[in-house]
Amino acid sequence: MKERTVQLEVLRYNPDTDTEAHFQRYEVVCQEEWVVLDALNKIKADIDPTLNYRWSCHMAVCGSCGMMINGEPKLSCHAFLRDYEGVIRVEPLAHFPVERDLVTAPDDFMEKLKRVKPYVIPKEKKPISEGEYKQTPAQLMKFRQYSMCINCMLCYAACPQYGLTPSFIGPAALTLAHRYNQDSRDGGRMARQEVVATHEGVWECTFVGACSEVCPAQVDPASALQQMKITSSLDWIVEHLIPGGRSAGDAASREDAVDKS
Amino acid sequence: MSRKPLVRECPPTTWYFRQPRYLRYMSREITSIFVGAYCVLLVVGLQRLADGPTAWEGFLLALKSPASIVFHFLALVAAVYHAATWFNATQKAMPLQIGESFVPGNLISGAHYAAWAVLSCVVLYLAGVF
Repeated sequence: MKERTVQLEVLRYNPDTDTEAHFQRYEVVCQEEWVVLDALNKIKADIDPTLNYRWSCHMAVCGSCGMMINGEPKLSCHAFLRDYEGVIRVEPLAHFPVERDLVTAPDDFMEKLKRVKPYVIPKEKKPISEGEYKQTPAQLMKFRQYSMCINCMLCYAACPQYGLTPSFIGPAALTLAHRYNQDSRDGGRMARQEVVATHEGVWECTFVGACSEVCPAQVDPASALQQMKITSSLDWIVEHLIPGGRSAGDAASREDAVDKS
Repeated sequence: MSRKPLVRECPPTTWYFRQPRYLRYMSREITSIFVGAYCVLLVVGLQRLADGPTAWEGFLLALKSPASIVFHFLALVAAVYHAATWFNATQKAMPLQIGESFVPGNLISGAHYAAWAVLSCVVLYLAGVF
């Protein structure tokens, strides 16, 4: 099996002893087909057991091993060593506080995720005896792409708006709001608009588009956010410029009526 | 165990040098300055027109100056680039679903380019170019 020697420059931070982070260089003998995560595992096993980082599935599904690799947000299990030349610089995800080494604190994201109510809020409750809420394949396709998010937070690390304005709800959470807004079983758009259609919501987005470029699940958060801007604008027009115009909640009801027709 | 997370600030004025995609974004945003400046120029032109024939002739003469021609060239390049980025964005902002599948994004953007070309021809026709 072909081997290659790789140099990794890894950001280290120990909250018990450090006030600043620093880079530490490791030279690792790797297999040709390894990814950055394999090299980190090799370092931890054979060179430096004090190195900290998160990972779980090693197959780009769990979203745990997001890091900055040469300045680009990547899943380290999805970043092949053969695609890099020279020293590979590995840092924790940008825009998140560093807990220790490559481990970041996701608290802010988790809190924002809750705020957008990322679950189906049934538009009409019915007893279990009446059976399941049915959905056509076309209705499923309307939101399926946006349900593929693995919460890896790469989009937050790529988004300069989130870096500059941490109160921004951010790409993944807003995309999940869109995912449920688009669900034919859902009636919770009005409740989500209180978070979505605000300065901290979609209007903080300036369509840099980096979120969609780095997404490992091809979710396209930039598309979701632009669609929500249009919907929010239409809500405003209906409410403020059309005589007798109705509120966002009524607009939601009207959309539902269109869906049913 | 107490936590002492390290916050690494995003540099407020130099962040866009970190990635080529950020520079592309900033170049797109900066084109709006030229688009805005051209709008101001049009408003000034309307004001000169309202001021009478002498003022209008002076305005036309100023448009023929080298500085004006350079500005118009830059504004045209910026406006075309701005429009192209806008039309390319339409496929993300307005995805079109027919049945279970989505219309390819390049068709949506392409339709906008086609409409742009047709409308430009109409404007040129109304302006008496052909």
